[in-house]
Amino acid sequence: MAIHIIDRRLNPGGKSLENRQRFLRRAKSLVQGAVKKTSQERDIKDVLEGGEVTIPLDGMHEPRFRREGGTRDMVLPGNKKFVEGDYLQRQGQGSAKDSGPGEGDSEDAFRFVLSRDEFVDLFLDDLELPDLAKRKIAQTESEGIQRAGYTTSGSPANISVSRTVKLALARRIALKRPRKDEVEELEAAIEACTDEDERAELIAQLEKLKAKTKRIPFIDPLDIRYRRYEKVPRPVAQAVMFCLMDVSGSMSEHMKDLAKRFYMLLYVFLKRRYKHVEIVFIRHTDRAEEVDEQTFFYGPASGGTLVSSALQAMHEIVRERFSPADWNIYAAQASDGDNSYSDGELTGLLLTEKILPVCQFFAYLEVGESGGSAFDLSDSSLWTLYERLRNSGAPLSMRKVSERSEIFPVFHDLFQRRETAQEKAAP
Amino acid sequence: MTERLFEGADWDFHTLQRITDACEEVALKDLGLDVYPNQIEVITAEQMLDAYSSVGMPLFYKHWSFGKHFAYHEASYRKGLMGLAYEIVINSSPCISYLMEENTATMQTLVIAHAAFGHNHFFKNNYLFKQWTDAEGILDYLDFAKNYVMQCEERYGRIEVERTLDAAHALMSHGIDRYPGKKKLDLRAEEKRAGRRRQHEEEVFNDLWRTVPTGKSKSRSALSIERRRKLLGLPQENLIYFLEKSAPRLAPWQRELLRIVRHIAQYFYPQSQTKVMNEGTATYVHYRIMTQLHQQGRITDGNFLEFLGSHTNVVFQPEFDDPRFSGFNPYALGFAMMQDIERIVTSPSDEDREWFPDIAGKNDVMGVLRDVWANYRDESFIGQFLSPKLMRHFRMFHLHDDPEERAGIRVDAIHDERGFRRVRRELARQHDVGFIDANIEVVDVDLSGDRRLILHHRVIKGSQLNETDAKRVLQHLADLWTYDVALIEVDANDKVLREYVVSPRPIAAAVA
Repeated sequence: MAIHIIDRRLNPGGKSLENRQRFLRRAKSLVQGAVKKTSQERDIKDVLEGGEVTIPLDGMHEPRFRREGGTRDMVLPGNKKFVEGDYLQRQGQGSAKDSGPGEGDSEDAFRFVLSRDEFVDLFLDDLELPDLAKRKIAQTESEGIQRAGYTTSGSPANISVSRTVKLALARRIALKRPRKDEVEELEAAIEACTDEDERAELIAQLEKLKAKTKRIPFIDPLDIRYRRYEKVPRPVAQAVMFCLMDVSGSMSEHMKDLAKRFYMLLYVFLKRRYKHVEIVFIRHTDRAEEVDEQTFFYGPASGGTLVSSALQAMHEIVRERFSPADWNIYAAQASDGDNSYSDGELTGLLLTEKILPVCQFFAYLEVGESGGSAFDLSDSSLWTLYERLRNSGAPLSMRKVSERSEIFPVFHDLFQRRETAQEKAAP
Repeated sequence: MTERLFEGADWDFHTLQRITDACEEVALKDLGLDVYPNQIEVITAEQMLDAYSSVGMPLFYKHWSFGKHFAYHEASYRKGLMGLAYEIVINSSPCISYLMEENTATMQTLVIAHAAFGHNHFFKNNYLFKQWTDAEGILDYLDFAKNYVMQCEERYGRIEVERTLDAAHALMSHGIDRYPGKKKLDLRAEEKRAGRRRQHEEEVFNDLWRTVPTGKSKSRSALSIERRRKLLGLPQENLIYFLEKSAPRLAPWQRELLRIVRHIAQYFYPQSQTKVMNEGTATYVHYRIMTQLHQQGRITDGNFLEFLGSHTNVVFQPEFDDPRFSGFNPYALGFAMMQDIERIVTSPSDEDREWFPDIAGKNDVMGVLRDVWANYRDESFIGQFLSPKLMRHFRMFHLHDDPEERAGIRVDAIHDERGFRRVRRELARQHDVGFIDANIEVVDVDLSGDRRLILHHRVIKGSQLNETDAKRVLQHLADLWTYDVALIEVDANDKVLREYVVSPRPIAAAVA
C-alpha cells in the first residue's frame, strides 16, 4: 500500500487569518473597549507591543440548546467508602464534585492575544489630527530624480566615464587594436635591424599597425554612455508637529513621566497614521533647544523655566523650515504650568501674535503631581494665561493630567475625530 | 536482530517512512486490520492550531467563529495552559493524519500507530461511520462548501451569509438525522446536484412567471391536522432539515447553506457516539504495535520507556475526588475495556464465563475485537462489554441527584454484586447521545393562521433548557423561519413546563 508522507510545514501560514479578521471585525467594539481598558494599566511601550485582551464572551457567544438542572445520574470512578443507600451532603465536605454535562464551559470572559499591529490599529482607530485644512496644497507631490541605469544619449555632463572606458576597452580587445608596447617593440626592432630587406619588411609591418591603430579609435562614440535619471514622484510632508516639553527643575519625575508618556503616544500616533508628518522636538528649561527623539525622551536636563524660549524656538523653526502657507502646523505643549513671572506677557504675546495664527491646533497639557490636590487650590500661571487666550477665541485645547491612567483618555479626547474642528467642551 | 527504526529522538522523512512500514506490517499481519490508504502530513504548531479551530478539517469555509476559536486556543497555548494534541486524524480516504513537527521519533511512531492504523481501521469498519459518513467524498465536499460559501458572499453579501451560517451553527446539534434514512450519503453527488440546480435556475429564469395569476388555492382549512403534519413530514427532529425543506421565505442559496451545515453535522455525528470506542481502539492498537516493535528489537528500551511514559499519561483516569477529574477519560475507559476483552477471550475467570458466555475463552482476540469495533457504539459497547472486574478496578459507583431530595445525593449502586448491572446500564446511558442532547422536535405549523412554528422539548428527568441560550437559538430559528416560533417544554405527562415565543427580527425578514 502506498503511503504518502507530506511535509506541510512550508505551506503558507496564517491560514486562519481571514477567520481572525472576521472575528475581530465582528467583535470590534468589544475589542476596542478592551484595548483601551488594558492600555490604561500598562506602560506605553508595553501597550504598543500588543498583547492579551479580555472581552466579555457574551457578545461573541454561540448559543446552543443546552439542558440544565433536573434530576441527575452519574457514574463516577474511585469509590472509597460509599455503600448503596448512602447519602452525600450537597456542596459539602467530601461530597461528589459537580461535573454535570454542559456546565464545563462557563467562561465569562474570553481572553486572546492581539498582534502589535492589530492592537495599535484598534488603539488609535478613532483618532485624527484635527483640521488638516491645507491638505490639498500639501498633497501635491513634487518630483524627485533617481538614478536609473545608463543611456546612449544625454548631456555631456552626464557621461559615465567608467562605463565608457570599460566598453571602449572591451571593443579594443575584441577588434585587436595594437597596443602601445607592441608598436614600441617593433620600432626598437627596426632600430636594431641591420639587414635592409628585413628592415623594409618591419617598416611595412609598422605602417600596417599604425594604420590599424588609426582605424580603431581609442574611444569610439559607440562606447559613450550617459548616466540615466528617472523622475519619481516624491510626496511632500503634509504636516509638522511641534512637541514642546518643559524639563525644568520644577517638573518632578512623575510629571516628566506623564509628559513623556503623552508624547510617546503622540509620536506613535503620528508615525502610524500620517506617513509624512514631520515631528520637531523642542525641550526647554530657561532656554530651548531642538533635540532628536532619543534626547527628547531619554536625555536628562534641568534648570529654570522660561516658556517663551520654547515658543520663540518654535517660531524660528517655522520661519526657517515650515512655511505656514504649505504646512499644517500643530503643536503640543506639556508643562507643569510654572512659568517665570516676568515671562507671562512675552509668552502670551508670542502665542497670540506668532504661534497661534499659523497653527491648526495647539494642545496644552498640564501635568500635575499624583493625587492632583494642588490643582484644586488655584490654576497655574500658564493655565490662567492660556485660558484667557482661549476664551478670546484662540484654537487652543487644554487638559490637566495628574495620573498615568488619565493619559490615554486625555489623549483620546484631544485627538478624537470630530465633526467640527472647533473644540467646544471645556475641560 | 532486526534493524532499529531509529536511534534517539531525531527523525527525518526516511525515518517516518520506515516507521510507517514497520507499523503497517504489524497492523496488517498481526492484528489483521483493514485500513484506508494512509496520508501522513507533518505540520507546525501554528498549523495544528489552525486545524483545531476549524474542527480538525483541512479546508473549511470562512466564518468568524473559527477565528474566535483560533484566538482562544492560541492564547491558552501560548500561556502554556493547553498542550496540543500529538495528532489529528481525518475520517477520509485517503486517511489523513497530521503529525506535529516537534514530536520525537518515539512519539511519531506512537502517533502513526494510533492514528494511521487505529483510528483509520475504526473509521473504515465501524457501522456508524459506514452508515453516516462518506470518507471518499468528504474532502471534495468541503472544498465545494468552501467555494460555495465564498460565491454566496460575493453574490449576496458577507453579512447575509454570515447571518444564515450563524443561525445554522446554532441549530447544528439539532441538524442530525438520528435514524438511518432511505439512502446513504453521497457527497460527490451532492456537490454536482447543487451545481445543476443553480444552472437550471439560471436557464429557466423568467420573470414573467411571477406575475402569472394562479388559480384559487385550495382552502387550507380543508386540510386535516393529520394530513398537514404528514405533508410537512412532522414530527421532525432534524430542525435544519425541516427549515431547509419547509421554511417559506428562504432564498435557494440559504437552503443550500443549511444543507451544507447539516451534512457536516451529520458527518461528525458518529464521532460523538463513539468517543470511548474510537480512542479505545486507537490506543489498544498503538499499544499492541509499539509492544510488538519493541519485542522485535526495532525500538530501543529507552525509546520504549519514553513511549510507556506518554501512554500512561494518555490513559490516566483521575478519581472523582481528584481536582483533575472531569468525567471518564475515553482513552482510559476505552483502552481498559479493550484489554479487558483480550483478557476475557484468552484467560477468563468463572465470573467472565457467566457474564460473557459468547466470547469467554474464545482465544481469537483480534477476531472478537474486530467484530466489536465494527458493530457497536459507545452506549451498546459499554452496555454489553463492561465487566464486573473492570467496574471493581475503577471502583465505579452511581450517584442519583434529585434536587427534591433533602438528605442529599443518594448512592444508588456501587461495584458490588447487586450494583454491577445498574452501574453498567447507567454508564452506558451517559454515553448515549439520545440522552445527552435535548429532545426537540418540530410538531406543528399553524398554516391557516399566523404560520407559527411549534416545537416541543420533551423534558427528561426535569432537565430544562438554559433560558438565555434557548432564547438566542430560537431567535436564530425564527429569523430563518421568518414567522413566530414557539417552543414548549413538556414533561413525560404532557404537562407544559415553560413556553417560549420568539418573533423574527425585522432585518431577517428583509432577507427573503
